[in-house]
Amino acid sequence: MTTLTINDKPIKIDLPADTPLLWALRDFVGLTGTKFGCGIASCGACKVHLDGVPTLSCVTPISAAVGKKIVTIEAIGQDEIGKKVQDAWMSLGVPQCGYCQSGQIMAATALLKQTPKPTDADIDKAMSGNICRCGTYCRIRAAIKQAAGISEVTV
Amino acid sequence: MKKPLDSAELNADDGSLLIANISRRAFLKDLALTGLVLAAGFPMLTRADETAVSPDPQKYGADAMPHGWVDNPLVFVAIATDGTVTIICHRSEMGQGIRTSLPMVVADEMEADWQRVHVKQAPGDEVLYGNQDTDGSRSMRHFFMPMRRVGAAARSMLEAAAAAHWQVPVQEVIAKQHQIFHPASGRVLDYGQLAAAAANLPVPDRETLHLKKQEDFRYIGKGQVGIYDGQDMVTGRAQYGIDTRLKDMFYAVIARPPVFGGKLLSYDANEALKVPGVVKVIELKSSPPPAEYNPLGGIAVIAGNTWAAIQGRNALKIEWEKGPHGSYDSLVYKAELEAAARKPGKVVRSEGDVDAALQSAVKRVEAEYYAPHLAQAPMEPPAATAQIVDGKCEIWACTQAPQVSRERVAKWLKLSEDDVTVHVTLLGGGFGRKSKPDYVIEAALLSQVMDGKPVKLTWTREDDLQHSYFHTVSVEHLEAGLDRQGNTVAWLHRTVAPTISSTFGPDSKHQMPMELSMGVINVPFAIANLRIENPEAEAHTRIGWFRSVSNIPHAFAIQSFVAELAAAAGCDPKDYLLDLIGPPRRIDPRTLGDTWNQGESPVLYPVDTGRLRRVIETVTDAANWGGKLSKGRGLGLAAHYSFVTYVAVVVEVAVSEDGKLSIPRIDVAVDCGPQVNPERIRSQIEGACIMGVSLATLGEISFREGAVLQDNFHAYQLTRMDDAPREIRVHLLPAAEYDTPLGGVGEPGLPPIAPALCNAIFAATGQRIRQLPIRDQLRKD
Ligand code: FES
Ligand code: FES
Repeated sequence: MTTLTINDKPIKIDLPADTPLLWALRDFVGLTGTKFGCGIASCGACKVHLDGVPTLSCVTPISAAVGKKIVTIEAIGQDEIGKKVQDAWMSLGVPQCGYCQSGQIMAATALLKQTPKPTDADIDKAMSGNICRCGTYCRIRAAIKQAAGISEVTV
Repeated sequence: MKKPLDSAELNADDGSLLIANISRRAFLKDLALTGLVLAAGFPMLTRADETAVSPDPQKYGADAMPHGWVDNPLVFVAIATDGTVTIICHRSEMGQGIRTSLPMVVADEMEADWQRVHVKQAPGDEVLYGNQDTDGSRSMRHFFMPMRRVGAAARSMLEAAAAAHWQVPVQEVIAKQHQIFHPASGRVLDYGQLAAAAANLPVPDRETLHLKKQEDFRYIGKGQVGIYDGQDMVTGRAQYGIDTRLKDMFYAVIARPPVFGGKLLSYDANEALKVPGVVKVIELKSSPPPAEYNPLGGIAVIAGNTWAAIQGRNALKIEWEKGPHGSYDSLVYKAELEAAARKPGKVVRSEGDVDAALQSAVKRVEAEYYAPHLAQAPMEPPAATAQIVDGKCEIWACTQAPQVSRERVAKWLKLSEDDVTVHVTLLGGGFGRKSKPDYVIEAALLSQVMDGKPVKLTWTREDDLQHSYFHTVSVEHLEAGLDRQGNTVAWLHRTVAPTISSTFGPDSKHQMPMELSMGVINVPFAIANLRIENPEAEAHTRIGWFRSVSNIPHAFAIQSFVAELAAAAGCDPKDYLLDLIGPPRRIDPRTLGDTWNQGESPVLYPVDTGRLRRVIETVTDAANWGGKLSKGRGLGLAAHYSFVTYVAVVVEVAVSEDGKLSIPRIDVAVDCGPQVNPERIRSQIEGACIMGVSLATLGEISFREGAVLQDNFHAYQLTRMDDAPREIRVHLLPAAEYDTPLGGVGEPGLPPIAPALCNAIFAATGQRIRQLPIRDQLRKD
């Protein structure tokens, strides 16, 4: 039995210690906002925050998350920057199918917490681990700038 | 005031509000609107005569689709006493925004306030709702008018109810923003107050409906309505097929034969069964050809969670027999396609005397283009959940084809269709993959194995990339003859590619009319001597639809070749393309040998070279075509007509000294007729640009010894943020009026991207790309 702190709540998880956090969240806890895209740290759909650090939950065993603060897409809106990012996503109509957007928002929020006024290069670096098959990258870039309060937003 | 109309009766505890609050995530439990006490109702039958019957014996558009269309407001609209208007969306949401755009059309016509609209997803039931195959870029094209009539009929019923209540002539009342007014007396009633009375009135005849005038539209054409599911998507609450959770549910994955047509020889499940959480390992039979929508068979591992199932699968020891396609090898196959393309093949269109014109040409140009297999790779892989209770099967699936899923599940489980319900979740992308319900059938079979208990089947990314219904692979061979002035006087195009029809029938070696009509046969060039041939190609895997289908290789070849001809003639590629297209004219597609015409009427939808010219002029102006660019930069143009929409693209590239490609900007001009939701049209076109860049630069599925080589995103690469075009500017051409028939939007943006990109690379570097993907062909080290 492993106890994890997920979105500020302690949750007991009855799964083998090597189970990836992704599947513990989705199948055991029922937090399905964190998505499966590849399972091999290649697409970013499963991104969560571990003590504020963007982390790929598909390759993170639950044993490695013990004692850390896990934040998922379901709770990122309680964070001031997370909320700003979500609002910018809405106001620029970023999502198409929306499936990758949990991971994108987690990546963007982590970026803005670290780098409040990111350059395009910063954005490329922080976001290139996240694939969007629908092709929303231009709007993601614009939304990050909007959330950061950087002007010249064009879509 | 009569009792049902008493606004004092509204209170937050009534069932209607409950619906509004919870059913956006209600895929797991179909509420069937039981709480909508005074709803207009959802009758379970529609009269047969309510589906369209065209006087023309040849049916077109939605009339020609299975189960046609339905425009009965009682099927699509329900109004609760609190005024909440529930609108049914019967098409699948996969990123195109249809759950916003179609209900928005209804809301506009019925003068409903979008803030008080609730959208409910229809289960698979085409008799009730009309056609539900969400593909072919036709949801809006086919359902704009039926949904307008749904809204207009609902408005008319509300007006009639108010007029009767006030005992005034109906002409004296008007509907506006969720209320009916009687200006003469200043009286007002809210839609909620009228719901019950309106529900008891007859549905007005289609012929008597007054559709709004264009200038009165509140939402249509405005693009100010946010994405209906947006808030759920950015907060992680949106429910996709892979997110379904039922009580006591099992989780499953399947090991499928690595080679299409392969069979299981033997397996050992001992180690798999030792994996904690694994509860069952079971063999699923494979099906004889043709592939159709049948499951591929294999070994299923059923467990208490997805990870255990995957671990269990990893622990299986399986021996497969490869079967008839065990030697399929993409390199060998490419050579076979090339050989076929260099010999005469079945003539599918012929005008003038191409051989003589080639003989007498002053200059001959010849080129061959290769476009590989692709996998749709929607971000959400295929997934479905099934349970069977008391002989009734319930399915939750991310499917583009809910009715087809229902039919096939019924067939496989030997149930009547009435005993199968297919709930449609959100789709995390579809791109054609989720039109084929093999995975839905698999889930149903696994639930059957588990005595009807709920089972969620998940395809891992490896499954998705290795067992897709792949986009075809093609060689396009083109020859042209130029006269002294550089004009093209002869055009020979041989297109060789395995056909989608091979998935559905044996021995199909020629492209179907549908595939040939995707830009090859209906090429609208004014050339006197023109011949199109289609040599044979045999399929060795499941060939299926990929967003924009055969338009991809066809547009890549034709639009690249036009730029090659321009270079040979020493002309500007834009001028040369416009010359080939010739003067503005409306061509009956049948005169081009195109009997399919995207399923649309050749009279309503001719090939309009004027519109094609207009998108080219628009996009080249916007991109400053002909302007000066610095070294290593170039502009490339391509235009393509598909899904009855006209698109032209200018890509700007920068190629560094060492051959690194970047794309500072793409301009796209689109004429898709009237634009119902311009904001979502823009987003679809932006997405098409990025997908187009992705497939042109990186996309390739290849086979060796019958099996797919790429198994995940490290090998099947997709364009990421850092390599994506930095800026995309979409130029929507205004339609003359809303009576102009609508064009498609989801797909037509894609085909011209690859050739425009390759033409830009040629302009920047002088290097001509004839084989996709580009990958490292530009590298100089
Ligand atoms: S699912 Fe974790 S990176 Fe793709
Ligand atoms: S919005 Fe569909 S994958 Fe990104």
